Amino acid sequence: MDKVIMAQDLSLSYSNSETIINKANFSIDSGSFIFITGASGSGKSTLLKSLYGALKPKQGSLIVGGVELRGVTNTKLNFLRRHVGIVFQDYKLVKEWTIEKNIMLPLIINGYEKSITQNQVDSLLKHVRLKHQAGKYPLELSGGEQQRVAMARALAHNPILILADEPTGNLDDYSSQLIWNLLEGANEQLKTTVIVVTHHIPQNMNVDYKHYNIEYGSVHEVV
Amino acid sequence: MKSFKNHLSLVVALLSILFSIQIFIIVDRSIEAYKENLSNNYAVIIVSQKTLDNETIEGINDIISDVDELSADSVIKRLNSGLNEKNIELLKLTLPKFYKLSLNYYPSPKQIKRLRKDLLKNKSIIKVEDFSHNHDTTYKLLLLFKNVVSLFSFVVFVVTTLLIFKELRIWQFKHSERMSIMGLFGAPVWLRSAVLFRLAIVDAIIASFFAFGLFIYISSSTWVKEQFSNIGIEVVIYDIVNDSALLFGAAMILSILLASLIVLGHKEEV
Repeated sequence: MDKVIMAQDLSLSYSNSETIINKANFSIDSGSFIFITGASGSGKSTLLKSLYGALKPKQGSLIVGGVELRGVTNTKLNFLRRHVGIVFQDYKLVKEWTIEKNIMLPLIINGYEKSITQNQVDSLLKHVRLKHQAGKYPLELSGGEQQRVAMARALAHNPILILADEPTGNLDDYSSQLIWNLLEGANEQLKTTVIVVTHHIPQNMNVDYKHYNIEYGSVHEVV
Repeated sequence: MKSFKNHLSLVVALLSILFSIQIFIIVDRSIEAYKENLSNNYAVIIVSQKTLDNETIEGINDIISDVDELSADSVIKRLNSGLNEKNIELLKLTLPKFYKLSLNYYPSPKQIKRLRKDLLKNKSIIKVEDFSHNHDTTYKLLLLFKNVVSLFSFVVFVVTTLLIFKELRIWQFKHSERMSIMGLFGAPVWLRSAVLFRLAIVDAIIASFFAFGLFIYISSSTWVKEQFSNIGIEVVIYDIVNDSALLFGAAMILSILLASLIVLGHKEEV
């Protein structure tokens, strides 16, 4: 099976601070569903940030989607990010744009045609049950609804990899279930690799998944 | 309304820069026109022992544009108290020759000194009257006026540029989040900063058109024309083609430059 992520002796740290991830070795198969857990401050989100190049490896090697992220150029990083969908705990929606335009963002960046873009956005709005809210702005929606918009945006361009940082952290049960269903659907139907950073793995997962835990700077698989 | 206010603050700042540039141009043109006017009325008088031809005098210094010999009759008329014709003719022969020199342009005190020196090199010329005292005062007054206006325009330019920079900093904070989010989805820099550049360009266009309108109005105002005719000069207050191109170019360059600095200064969130 193809590896979508390969980390070798990977060390991560913010500038002038102690090492958060220390010489981690792991690889992730294409099309797999991964949970990353760990205590607060263990480095879960730091590891996730490194996977979309917001934090460059201090030492070792990290290859995501065939792109070596240590010393990566902006052009290559942009190329990688155009094939990745990211879901943030704080949603990161553009407040001045309607939710429809927010979902369109990755499609615009990837240069999709207008008609395809509109069809895809309409279909995603239906999936996240927000068709009737298309013209609203993010701040007019509840937290759960905003996260559903962020989820739709992450799926819009059929990415090879979805990275989700505590996507259901602040959500009600209904929105949480909807988010998990969408992540499972993308993994099962589109064979998209999904990596979710979370404190709690849901009990009723319908897909096979792997579980990694971060402790004292090391990443290990929980069997 | 909020968006209108955002536009207004940059447009007003750009407009004041364009205003200071055009005022500087008008003052410069006025001073040049006034100097030309002065040069038409200004002349140097020389006294020569012998008759000199025009070519000889004109060859002494490039600044000399025309030479007129002054008639000795007016001097003789004053002395004509009982002198007979023969004596008058004799006096005419012994009197030195007077010449009035017209100049190409209104000279600086330094150029006047140089001209005086060059003229006195000619052995026949015994005296040069350059009215330097009057000339110096007028010239220094013009220079002072020009320097004050230049300084004022420069201060307006610097202060307004700082204001624009501050305004664009506010824009940066405003657009920073959107630019970062677009970056997280792989948008290249030009796409992330497109909105910023679009706003800067639109504001430059609006400010330029306001400036065009303002100066076209000023240049057609009879009151302004009267003020210039009162001091005996005619000035092109606003050259629609050249000045418009200059103001539009200045507004564009300034706003694009500042927007570029903002984009270059943008740091991605980690």
